[in-house]
Amino acid sequence: MGSRVEILNDGGFRSDGRRQFELRDMTIDLSQQGQADGCAVVTHGLTQVLVSVFGPREAKMRSQTMHDRANISVEVNVAAFSTGERRKRTRGDKRILELAATIKSTFEPVVQTNLYPRSQIDVYVQVLQQDGGLLQACINATTLALVNAGIPLLDFVCAVSGGVHSTSPLLDLTLLEENDIPNVTVAMMPKTGKVTLVTMETRLHVDRFEEIFRLAGDAGKVIHGEMKNAVRSRTSALVAAMGSGPRVGGVDVAADKDGDDRMNEY
Amino acid sequence: MVEITIRKRPRTEAVVTQRKFFKKTARGKVIKVLRERYLRDDVGCGISGCNACPVTDVVLPAAGDQTHRLFPNGHFILPDTNVFLSQMDLVESNLFLPPIILLQTVIEEVRHRSLPLYNRLNALIKAEDKRIWVFYNEYRSETAIVREEGETPNDRNDRGIRKATAWYNDHIRVTRPPIRGQAPPKLPTVVLVTEDADNRQKAEKAGISSISVRKYVEGMKESAQLLDLLAAEGPNQIEPTPVTSGRQALYPDYLSTSTCLAGVKAGELHQGHFSANVYNYLEGSVSVPAFTAPVLLIGRDNMNRAVHGDVVVVEVFDEKEWRAPADEVVDAESALKNDDVEYSGDEGDEEEEDPVLRREKQVLISEDVKRTAGKQPTGRIVGIIKRNWRAYVCHIDSTSLTSSNPTSLSQQTVFATPVSRLLPRIRLRTRQAPALIGQKILVTIDRWDVTSRYPEGHFVRSLGKVESKEAEQESLLLEFDVPYRPFGKAILDCLPPEGEQWVVPPKSDTSLEWRDREDLRDLIVCSIDPPNCQDIDDALHARYLPNGNIEAGVHIADVSHFVHPDNPMDSEAASRGTTVYLVDKRIDMLPSLLGTNLCSLRPYVERLAFSTIWEMTADAEIVNVRFTKSVIASKAAFTYEEAQLRKDDQNMQDELTLGIRLLNTLAQKLRAGRMAAGALNLASPEVKIHMDSSESAEPLDVEQKQLRETNSLVEEFMLLANISVAKKIQETFPQTSVLRRHLPPPRTNFEKLQDILMKRKGMALDVSSSGALAASLDRCTDPNEPAFNTLVRIMATRCMLSAEYFCSGSVSRDTFGHYGLASPIYTHFTSPIRRYADVLAHRQLAAAIGYSPLHASLHSKSHVERILDIVNRRHRMAQMAGRASVEFYVGLALKSRNEREKGRVQEEAFVIRTFRNGLGVFVSKLGIEGIVMFKREIQFDADNYVITVPASPTSDAGEVKIGVFDKVTVNIEVEKDKNTQRGRVKMTLVHPVDSTSM
Ligand SMILES: [Zn+2]
Repeated sequence: MGSRVEILNDGGFRSDGRRQFELRDMTIDLSQQGQADGCAVVTHGLTQVLVSVFGPREAKMRSQTMHDRANISVEVNVAAFSTGERRKRTRGDKRILELAATIKSTFEPVVQTNLYPRSQIDVYVQVLQQDGGLLQACINATTLALVNAGIPLLDFVCAVSGGVHSTSPLLDLTLLEENDIPNVTVAMMPKTGKVTLVTMETRLHVDRFEEIFRLAGDAGKVIHGEMKNAVRSRTSALVAAMGSGPRVGGVDVAADKDGDDRMNEY
Repeated sequence: MVEITIRKRPRTEAVVTQRKFFKKTARGKVIKVLRERYLRDDVGCGISGCNACPVTDVVLPAAGDQTHRLFPNGHFILPDTNVFLSQMDLVESNLFLPPIILLQTVIEEVRHRSLPLYNRLNALIKAEDKRIWVFYNEYRSETAIVREEGETPNDRNDRGIRKATAWYNDHIRVTRPPIRGQAPPKLPTVVLVTEDADNRQKAEKAGISSISVRKYVEGMKESAQLLDLLAAEGPNQIEPTPVTSGRQALYPDYLSTSTCLAGVKAGELHQGHFSANVYNYLEGSVSVPAFTAPVLLIGRDNMNRAVHGDVVVVEVFDEKEWRAPADEVVDAESALKNDDVEYSGDEGDEEEEDPVLRREKQVLISEDVKRTAGKQPTGRIVGIIKRNWRAYVCHIDSTSLTSSNPTSLSQQTVFATPVSRLLPRIRLRTRQAPALIGQKILVTIDRWDVTSRYPEGHFVRSLGKVESKEAEQESLLLEFDVPYRPFGKAILDCLPPEGEQWVVPPKSDTSLEWRDREDLRDLIVCSIDPPNCQDIDDALHARYLPNGNIEAGVHIADVSHFVHPDNPMDSEAASRGTTVYLVDKRIDMLPSLLGTNLCSLRPYVERLAFSTIWEMTADAEIVNVRFTKSVIASKAAFTYEEAQLRKDDQNMQDELTLGIRLLNTLAQKLRAGRMAAGALNLASPEVKIHMDSSESAEPLDVEQKQLRETNSLVEEFMLLANISVAKKIQETFPQTSVLRRHLPPPRTNFEKLQDILMKRKGMALDVSSSGALAASLDRCTDPNEPAFNTLVRIMATRCMLSAEYFCSGSVSRDTFGHYGLASPIYTHFTSPIRRYADVLAHRQLAAAIGYSPLHASLHSKSHVERILDIVNRRHRMAQMAGRASVEFYVGLALKSRNEREKGRVQEEAFVIRTFRNGLGVFVSKLGIEGIVMFKREIQFDADNYVITVPASPTSDAGEVKIGVFDKVTVNIEVEKDKNTQRGRVKMTLVHPVDSTSM
């Protein structure tokens, strides 16, 4: 017997009232948290992730020091209360290590590490609440935290999950949907449209894949828009707070330039 | 490009849009579940012309329905959940056509309560003549609600339904404002229909118009016919007066579902399907995983209102109360003949005097003493997990009528006797009773209270006069749930527009048909089928190759070329699952244009095919196999007989005949190989009905089907094709390939047959493997009785499980095997015209050879599983329907023979069972089973399967012993129950003794 909840009903609604291509409510909070150089709290629906970035700073450990570029380290912590099951996931947990490795490898080619030889950038990911799309939230939050920390990126990395119910593609899956249908997470760079990451935990046919891949690419652009707006308002808030001067951290923030362009200045 | 947006969920509304609850998992862990809900304003009301809602294909007329007496301004009805749960027959009636607003809340509640009703409801939503709009009230911001503290889920839903009703009425008013200078517009009302008086009261308080089902129907134009369809439920109970006061409970109450489930989990109770005993209405059984033998339920109390097919929970008694199953035939018809319909179930304190109970007690007590050997667990039903009630074909018992005045329209309570002997009779109330005598009718069970001996139901519709061909045919189709409506327009629109004129286009590089197809038109291909076969789905060829090897090919109609995934024709075929063959009618799975023409591999015309081609050595060893889409032109369509004659006629030396001979030689070797691998040669009684013309209702005679060498030729190659295809698709799509398997039967299934064979014939049956079984079946022969071996095979077949389709990713690899065929892997590929599983196999094979991409649905394990579940069920039902149809015609044939032979139809029969008061016999010539009953006390040796009867009823001429496997002669009559018109075969012994007066 199948699950009691219909993934997509005849009226075209998903179990939470969304239609196929509607993404969940997304909120972004870029305000300062503790000592971090850059922070971002991102929610997609009920999934919430806090990412704090420290650095670039001098590499502490010899072994990890690289002479031509900065080393990125990623550590993921899952709050015990974040899932239904109150299970404590230790940092050594295999799934968490895998998640951290995925985030690291996604950002290594995007962060301009060559600008900071012999230094390190530490990314701490704190998973606060989980309801599907964990990887997408982690990636989006990491992008924003890095931007917020003023670390130069080649481009934003925007991620979204997608799946196929019978023959209908769905975007931005909840946990309930993830458990039920084959799904993928796609991370793309909006400027070039290049895809930097595709993960698949379940089997998906190549024809289906193509479609969902294309849709996820389009959805990435929509998410990019949200992220851009958040960065822009954070920047203008900072500017306003400083009371004067068009310069923030030595970077020109002209009114017609958005966060995106800001990074090109580097 | 599709539009992708982000839905905003205002945090301020979190109360409505976010839900947190705690759930206990199967392992007893408590988990926190978070859900959110996006509320929207673009959920449409479905009323045509509404300017406030997004444009969709609306189904509700702007003015509503204006034919109801109480709503002259027009109305829509908005029924609550209970209306669908208890009055589905009414809603389904083609006379019941008001515009209906169906709330999401209601659909979901129906789904939780009953899956069959949910499926029926879904079919209604799609029906063309119904005007049902599904309103997703839980997603519309104005109508979404959350459960309040202390509110039951039920109350919450009722409140939601009322809120939606109120919203609809507001919505209509707001969207149709009065225009200045004009009379205010007449606004249709949205009426809440509910049986719940409390709900109606609350609605009234809130100014919402509401009404009961009965009241609503009374105001309809067609009220006379529709009122009969109302279920016996709630305040309309059959006996309205002595509801609880004077009536005593006849049955124990059920435990609550949660108690039951907890008990099952703890291992104290057991869950399973209830099976009624066809021989004895006072006994039933439930197979449960914990015991190898089914749990016996003896007597009404222990069966506790279960109906055949229900999912029940049983409590098993202490081992000292375990018993052997009944060895007596107890027929409800004679035992309950005089039970009065008005008083049954109303004994009050005179229970001791009740004749029915007294008789039943006698039966049970007398059986008690004798039950010794072969003990089985016994128990009683303590709860019902799920009712599997549906509409049953019944006859009205004429003796239960209080007034048979044909013009009487007074309400009467009568008994309806189901055609199936597995079901109890049903009490129902109707005004049409006298008119229904002698008709086949459809009746639904509504309820079965503890105070009522019989279940209560209501009349659905009449199928026609008993024994009229139409009524019998339709009742058979209904009884086995065979979808038989003509194909609708949407389905026929999927056929090629050329219709009967469609031909394979001339060969060219641009032609779609010829793309990637091999031209096999020159091959000497022929088909071999039963006479008058119209849907020819397979053809064969064989020829020598230059290297001395042989090329053999099986060519199957390329149905998947015409039936595309996911279109209306495909969905219909999937839900039909199989073509159903009745004696006088074929209910097609696909429109006949395909089955009997475009996909039928007729001779002399070009047809599209899907070919499997082997290269084999002369010893029938496969060198290689390939699959290809092709175009063939069959050179001949033979019957088995014609092919056989041709093969045997040594004067024939043409290519076709040589091909058949070659195929035959290979087939013999293939068969020998299969048998050596341990395949079973099974037998089922197959008879053929001769009809003198298609119009005549009476068949001329019955004869057993003859099997020729050429039958086996075709069979061998079809098996080989199926096996080859199975391997290929399983390799390519390990997760979702459509396969067929036959699980090995549990050994305990054979225990009884082994015991009988040993005791009666001194023969042993080795069931350790299919090979051992095959070998020992071969040894079960009686030189004096050639039919004995067939009989044993029939009995052995009944001990086995049935084969089934499955999805390869859903079961473990070591259970793929086909026991009967002794093949490690198998599928169905060779009959795509008449079996849906074959259509799926074709699609998967086409994808496996790179001919076309595989449709997404066939990549989805859950989708394949879901389809195969349906196909398996349809397959079983189709077999049963086919058998029942043969039985009906055998009955007719017997009846006319009886008339010709003045009641002296005598046939040889084998004894297959012994009862304390009778014999079960099998008449192989007619393929029917019957029971010889003795009224007199006879001696019964249950341990040795022998009864002893006096040689003559009058004199002291000694005694005769009759046991299982003995050959007897029986006189066969077809008798009709005078009261119910239900026909039955009556058998009496003629030899070795005459049992007429026994
Ligand atoms: Zn509207």
